Amino acid sequence: MHTAALDHLTLAAFVVVGALFVPLTVFASNLLAPRKPDARKGATYECGVEPVGPPWVQFRIGYYVYALLFVVFDIETVFLYPWAVAFNALGAFVLIEMLFFIAILAFGLWYAWKEGALSWR
Amino acid sequence: MSPLAASLLKVAACLGLMLANGVVMIWMLRKVLGHLHLRYGPLEAGPSGIFQTTMDVLKLLTKEDVTPNAADRALFYVAPLAVFVPSLAAYAALPFAPELRAVRLDAGLLYTFAALSLVPIGILMAGWASANKWSLIGGMRAAAQQIAYEVPLLLSVLPIVMLVGSADLGRIVEAQSGVWAGFLPRWFIFDPLLLPTFVVFAVAALIETNQTPFDMSEAESELVAGWATEYSAMKFGLLFLSEFSNQFIISALAVTLFFGGWLLPWVPESVSVALAPVTFLLKTYVGIFMLMWIRGTYPRVRIDTLMQLGWKRLIPISLALVVVMGVVIKALPALARVVG
Repeated sequence: MHTAALDHLTLAAFVVVGALFVPLTVFASNLLAPRKPDARKGATYECGVEPVGPPWVQFRIGYYVYALLFVVFDIETVFLYPWAVAFNALGAFVLIEMLFFIAILAFGLWYAWKEGALSWR
Repeated sequence: MSPLAASLLKVAACLGLMLANGVVMIWMLRKVLGHLHLRYGPLEAGPSGIFQTTMDVLKLLTKEDVTPNAADRALFYVAPLAVFVPSLAAYAALPFAPELRAVRLDAGLLYTFAALSLVPIGILMAGWASANKWSLIGGMRAAAQQIAYEVPLLLSVLPIVMLVGSADLGRIVEAQSGVWAGFLPRWFIFDPLLLPTFVVFAVAALIETNQTPFDMSEAESELVAGWATEYSAMKFGLLFLSEFSNQFIISALAVTLFFGGWLLPWVPESVSVALAPVTFLLKTYVGIFMLMWIRGTYPRVRIDTLMQLGWKRLIPISLALVVVMGVVIKALPALARVVG
């Protein structure tokens, strides 16, 4: 007796149970554990040395370019999935269409490569 | 049984499996790494130390939960949740046996990848909230790794979806049933066209689960404990439970996609079906053993090398594999499943 509605209920149950399990475990641990905070214990751990400067430093732009590229490629990959599922059922034309799609994708990758977006600086 | 009770029971079963996996895998990791280093690993608690992790969990429960003064408190509490929930949800679509899985999804493969890809958001959250430079570097590395390898991981399994015509994990396993030439199982790993696919998948999967030699986000010799540096007690325990659980998931996916899932070749179907969950778990644990073996053998690679490998090698290769598979299926259908 597998119905889509039942499956979605189960998926929702996964999220709810997971979201309840974490606080409950942490709560149980807090009941059992001692609680003696002090200034040194709460200090930021840097191997025994006093931290210098703010911890929330700025990160270099390289991460940002990768992230932009990732969004583009990830979405295009997801677009390929419905095509792959229907691939056997459809004729040879869908292959040619997809070759165009992949060629555009490959061109984008080549362009990013040429512009140096893929190099870690 | 009411639908709600049935759903909760399924979730409870998956949660139980996840906790059991954590306990078994941590003990197994310490034993395997120990023997690889020519030492014994845990010995004291129980025969061969099998109760070591159980004792460790009890110890973690009674440890003080320290929140650093500088931390962003709200995010610091939410991060273990953001790591744990998707990790648990990833069990939902795994096919343990023909009729044994929490949900039957047509896009089960995509769903499992989606669940796994949420984990690094929690890791980034943990790294940022800790207000610690080690944690932040670890979190940023995890995010960078994730975005470099999500794409090849998704692309690498596309030829299998094309061949099977479904992204339902159960259908993918069923497509691998039977033997070829009387002895060779028709698992996708033995298909010459899919062998390169497996190589790409394996590399991307190692990186996706932050496994050595790609564990830059933890890197205990560089970053203390990476993004988990400031976590203690049960929050730390839950974070690492999720990490181990993700290794189980990725190994189970590899078994499902390439090693015939629950199928046991060379035996009558009734035996194979009866032993299905055992077969599945055993195969998965063989995969986990391989992960641990790799962990004990290879040194860590550098992060820039890692990023280049993903974008400049794996993505073009996996795109090419998709094209090759497409052309072969349409032009020479007989070649598409040589082993079959």
